Amino acid sequence: MKNTALKKEHYEATTNACKLCTPLGASLAFKGVRGAISLMHGSQGCSTYIRRYLISHFKEPIDIASSNFSEDTAIFGGGANLKKSVANVIRQYKPELVGISTTCLSETIGDDVPMILNGIRHDADGAPLPPIVHVSTPSYSGTHADGYVGAVRALVDALSIRKNHEIEPSMVNIFPGMYSPADLRYLKEILEDFAIPYRMLPDYSETLDGGPWTTYHKIPHGGTSVSEIADMASAQASIEFGYVTRKGTTAAGLLSSRFNIPAYNLGMPAGVRATDRLFDLLSELSGNLIPDRHARERERLLDSYVDGHKYLFGAKAVIYGEEDLVAGMFAFLTEIGITPILCASGGTSGKLAETLESLRPEGYDEPITVLQAADFGQIEDAALGTGADMFVGNSKGYSITRKMGIPLVRVGFPIHDRVGGPRIHHIGYRGCQELFDRVTNALLDVKQEATGVGYSYM
Amino acid sequence: MSNISILKEREKQIYHKGEEPFDMVCETKSTAGAVSQRACVFCGSRVVLYPVADALHLVHGPIGCAAYTWDIRGALSSGPELHRKSFSTDLRERQIIFGGEKQLYHALAALIDKHEPKAAFVYATCIVGIIGDDVDAVCRKVSSEKGIPVIPVHSEGFKGTKKDGYKAACDALFTLIGTGSIEGIGPNSINILGEFNIGGEAWMIEEYYKKMGVEVVSIMTGDSRVEKIKRSHGARLNVVQCSGSMLQLAQMMEKKFGIPYIRVSYFGMEDTARALYDVASHFHDNTDIMDRTKALVKEEVDKIYPDIQVFKSYLKGKRAAIYVGGAFKAFSLIKALKALGMTTILAGSQTGNSEDYEILRDMCDDGTVILDDANPLELSKYIVEKKADLFIGGVKERPVAYKMGVGFCDHNHERKTPLAGFQGMYNFAKEVYGTVKSPVWSLLKRPEDGTKTV
Repeated sequence: MKNTALKKEHYEATTNACKLCTPLGASLAFKGVRGAISLMHGSQGCSTYIRRYLISHFKEPIDIASSNFSEDTAIFGGGANLKKSVANVIRQYKPELVGISTTCLSETIGDDVPMILNGIRHDADGAPLPPIVHVSTPSYSGTHADGYVGAVRALVDALSIRKNHEIEPSMVNIFPGMYSPADLRYLKEILEDFAIPYRMLPDYSETLDGGPWTTYHKIPHGGTSVSEIADMASAQASIEFGYVTRKGTTAAGLLSSRFNIPAYNLGMPAGVRATDRLFDLLSELSGNLIPDRHARERERLLDSYVDGHKYLFGAKAVIYGEEDLVAGMFAFLTEIGITPILCASGGTSGKLAETLESLRPEGYDEPITVLQAADFGQIEDAALGTGADMFVGNSKGYSITRKMGIPLVRVGFPIHDRVGGPRIHHIGYRGCQELFDRVTNALLDVKQEATGVGYSYM
Repeated sequence: MSNISILKEREKQIYHKGEEPFDMVCETKSTAGAVSQRACVFCGSRVVLYPVADALHLVHGPIGCAAYTWDIRGALSSGPELHRKSFSTDLRERQIIFGGEKQLYHALAALIDKHEPKAAFVYATCIVGIIGDDVDAVCRKVSSEKGIPVIPVHSEGFKGTKKDGYKAACDALFTLIGTGSIEGIGPNSINILGEFNIGGEAWMIEEYYKKMGVEVVSIMTGDSRVEKIKRSHGARLNVVQCSGSMLQLAQMMEKKFGIPYIRVSYFGMEDTARALYDVASHFHDNTDIMDRTKALVKEEVDKIYPDIQVFKSYLKGKRAAIYVGGAFKAFSLIKALKALGMTTILAGSQTGNSEDYEILRDMCDDGTVILDDANPLELSKYIVEKKADLFIGGVKERPVAYKMGVGFCDHNHERKTPLAGFQGMYNFAKEVYGTVKSPVWSLLKRPEDGTKTV
């Protein structure tokens, strides 16, 4: 294994970052709570940039309010602005929850957000306010993936209470990773087919991928309600997804230590083997067999693996994105015979290399080259000259694949240069099937274009 | 009517023409807790300087500011493309505590060695103002070591609004201006200010001037080069578009170098023709220029006029909402829409001043809503209430329009289609026609619950 440690003689700039800042991930998670409005404690630009970035991918209205710092605020503290913005956002949106994320500015001046929020549990008329959940997301610490996990944990930390000592039999908490709305819908479908009662957080499957409206929805419909989050404390088990999440830092970990709810940690269920682990676990928890239509889906998938295997073996792929996604794609691509020659992430957990090594399939003896805490500048330098056949990752790798003249199979977030990003399946047998077809056809396309004759059969 | 109410603090920033006395408040900080469509000081600086293609643009701060502005504008370059890369000092906890000057120094030095830019702009973001890095000192040091201008851009996000960012960008450009040789610049020469070459617009406009016999010394900042900016004080006239961002620079150049300026717009046939005629009139000693301008305008208008009439026959009477960054663009858009037979029922901007809004008031019909620093709820409220067929705005406005079944035209800096000049007017009309006439809207008539309507 070659793990390129990025120790440099001197500090180098980040060129074309392969990560985003922490508050973006938190805002995404808050979009998965019913009736929630997101509020960023910092400069106006933070919320506007993050909105624009999310909107360009999801193509849905995404409102994020800002406490809108001025010079005075930066000197005297953001308390007054935060209080005023909470009052205004509640007045205008009438939310069921306000999700507050901080920024580098409010964190650095040292605003004590919980203390400020303590002073505003009622509105001017004395009526109780909706729950206000705060997550600390200084953008100089971690990445958007950490902001996402942190916000989910903060929601559970603030809201989950066991009302009585009863555990709801067979109720399962689901904590998905940063997957697409289509993935989340599919995940719910799987649980329903298993007849497993569940509560999923976050659930932005409708809020970030909904239909047209006849009247304006201040807050798009869908999402997990505050009371459902409260009841997560009474579940029989939690399932969380994420290869590199640190033990105890997640919502499932918190429910485990606080309420003794067993937490099952799965990586991203991408590829057949990883999906099998999910289905086996659901089967075990529910006592039900794998539902027939999913078993059929798996069989069709394996059949297609066989049909396509000769076009894939030994093809070289560069994978990049969030660490969990990179690990998921590594597992998927290696099981169909593709060689991931470079696995890169801007993520800073430091656990990517060991995670990939643990996912090495039997008989796969290629070296695994990992770039951790990487940017696209480094990915480009490392990828040029490798003879890579394709990139698998978000749309930000396009400038490199264009230069190299190789296809980019777009997965994950963001996909800013195509429609349909929110509708891509990545997980389960269905996601695997979709990706398999796209990856195979991308290579077939190259082969077909390269022939002088333009043959019409494979 | 909708269920959307207006925040009390916001009421004075909304004007209903014909229904109330004009007393608009503007140029204020955004209301805390409102979802302003504005960005910040950094954004203002970044968009103005972004197209300088042979300069290094290093964002000093944590990663977000640089990540969200990577390759963000459709500003084309005919040569180097250094502007399309995103560089950040990517500050972490350690630097927040101990300061980031050392990191800035090393990052700058290494980037300059690697990319050999003609100048470097260093953007100070929010955090830099708080941790107290002496960005100016680091820039001076690197500049003397590397022998290129290294210019600090004081764009801490919270120190004002986007407009203050324009000012910081103008200040940065101004440090370059006057440092180059003006040898060989003729008397009929101009700088084009406030034109960013989105989709190649600056090239189209430069071509018009070339045909008129007017020399373009520099374009700020579309497809611009450091060398050209340095010698831009040799031009005899500054022609300023997008007045919000560049008017200040023109004023600074007038004061220091005695270069007069005029304000123009290249959106729509009427304003484009006006712009070219105004420039030609300025060089009235050379009557050939006016003659050539008349011929050019006639030729260009003749080329697109028949098509415009076809679009107009369909678009006549349709209703448009406009929400843009600077109000000056809204003036042109209202005229351009009028040329297509359309009326404007909502006009607003992020950064207009009271003079701008008075002009907007005078241009619009009774019943038009004029908005300063609006938010998505207000925009959706009025496009529904005023029955808009078209919304002209940027990425953040697009989903508001689409969700409500209203056509959309992107007139912001991310677009790839040139909308300036005569060809741009054709492109604009075609885009408006295509979105308003699309058959998809007719499918949205069913209620959301899917019940049958007929």
